[in-house]
Amino acid sequence: MNGFFAVFKRELKSYFTTPLAYVFLVIFLFFSGYLTFKEGFFEMRQADMRAFFMNLPLLFIFMVPSTAMRLWAEERKAGSIELLFTLPITVMQAVLGKFFAAWLFLAIALALTFPMAITVCYLGDPDVGLIITGYIGSLLMAGGFLAIGCFFSAVSKNQVISFVLSVVACAILVFAGMPTTLSYLSTFLPAGLVSAIESMSFQIHFESIQKGVLEFKDISYFVLLIIGWIVAGTIVLDQTKAG
Amino acid sequence: MIEAKELRRSFGPIVAVDGISFEVKKGQVLGLLGPNGAGKTTAMRMLACFLTPDSGTATVCGYDILQNPVEVRRSLGYLAENSPAYSEMTVGGFLNFVCDARQIKGKDRKQALDRVVPMCSIESVYHQTIETLSKGYMRRVGLAQALIHDPQVLILDEPTDGLDPNQKHEVRRLINKMSKDKCIIVSTHILEEVEAVCSRTIIISRGRILDDSTPQQLKEKYNCSLDEVFRKITRSGKQ
Repeated sequence: MNGFFAVFKRELKSYFTTPLAYVFLVIFLFFSGYLTFKEGFFEMRQADMRAFFMNLPLLFIFMVPSTAMRLWAEERKAGSIELLFTLPITVMQAVLGKFFAAWLFLAIALALTFPMAITVCYLGDPDVGLIITGYIGSLLMAGGFLAIGCFFSAVSKNQVISFVLSVVACAILVFAGMPTTLSYLSTFLPAGLVSAIESMSFQIHFESIQKGVLEFKDISYFVLLIIGWIVAGTIVLDQTKAG
Repeated sequence: MIEAKELRRSFGPIVAVDGISFEVKKGQVLGLLGPNGAGKTTAMRMLACFLTPDSGTATVCGYDILQNPVEVRRSLGYLAENSPAYSEMTVGGFLNFVCDARQIKGKDRKQALDRVVPMCSIESVYHQTIETLSKGYMRRVGLAQALIHDPQVLILDEPTDGLDPNQKHEVRRLINKMSKDKCIIVSTHILEEVEAVCSRTIIISRGRILDDSTPQQLKEKYNCSLDEVFRKITRSGKQ
């Protein structure tokens, strides 16, 4: 497990030694706040964070792939992957080390939105349980997006290509569950297929956690999604690392 | 300590290494010689478990590169062609990362750093970020990284590439000093280097071994300088 910790530590440090972390945090915090108030936080006249969580999937579609794109693409382009995989570290340890470092970084970004929670508590008497499940759901969703981004970063040496591919993949998974998409699909697809598509999308599971219910099926959806994409990423990386 | 058996690797239609076998013992410095694209780097990458061979295998310090790659990597030091490193890190941070990965902790780590930093003369750049280093310093940081755990086996891919004459001399002196109790493979196309450090040479071209002897034997056999020997062998190999 030492390989895992070595990679994890290095990766997390590298976020904060480059401007990357600061640029990301400022932009993320600005837009997460801006979208919340733009979407009628005050007009709703309710002390909850629904307006905040509702916009996170859209923000994550761009923000998470931008964190994930460099994970392997940069390493392959710079050739440092040759150094990494001639150290006594297995591919799985390295993939997990990088994934968890990036996930922790996203968790820090989410944690820094705490003024939003304080605002809501100041304005009224919100359901704290809902806010907590909201954050858990957001963190799981960030992990899912990140695992997808990690996979596409291993696929291509080019960061722009891996960014675009993971944005598209994440967008498909989010928009497949949107009511407008589903009602359009139901005009020509059988109902069973439409509900299958719905249950494969991020949206339905994310919303269900937002309601304050941590159900096994929602959590297992995210966990399976993360494991699946990480394993796929590991297999791809093993093949492409030297190319 | 290193035993390669029929190693073969191709990239698409190009056969980079075409079934090479050799053995290197403790105390030997093997020079892998060959023109560009001969397969030197590919062969070394397979020994360092970065690439898996299509067929054949090798053992390093008794560990098989296919069955026990992590143990192989643990027991060898590898300097890759362009000495890749993480450009945003400082030299010290980078060496500490390598120590983390190699599980060198506490007192051992301090000793290891105190040993390799002066050995590779990188004290003056220890707190500098790697992207600001000149090529020569980058190479020496790469060398420090390969030596930090005092490995039994060293694989160095063009170790003096990009160094100035003084630094070249230093690195060769270092290799000579270490050669007694280690097993070292050096790839190069600088022939004076072969004479300076290698106790044995293997000339490869197009992925095949064309000659396996010592620099001295080569010169005697062909009765000319190593430069000419190299041209004669690799050219005839192409035909």
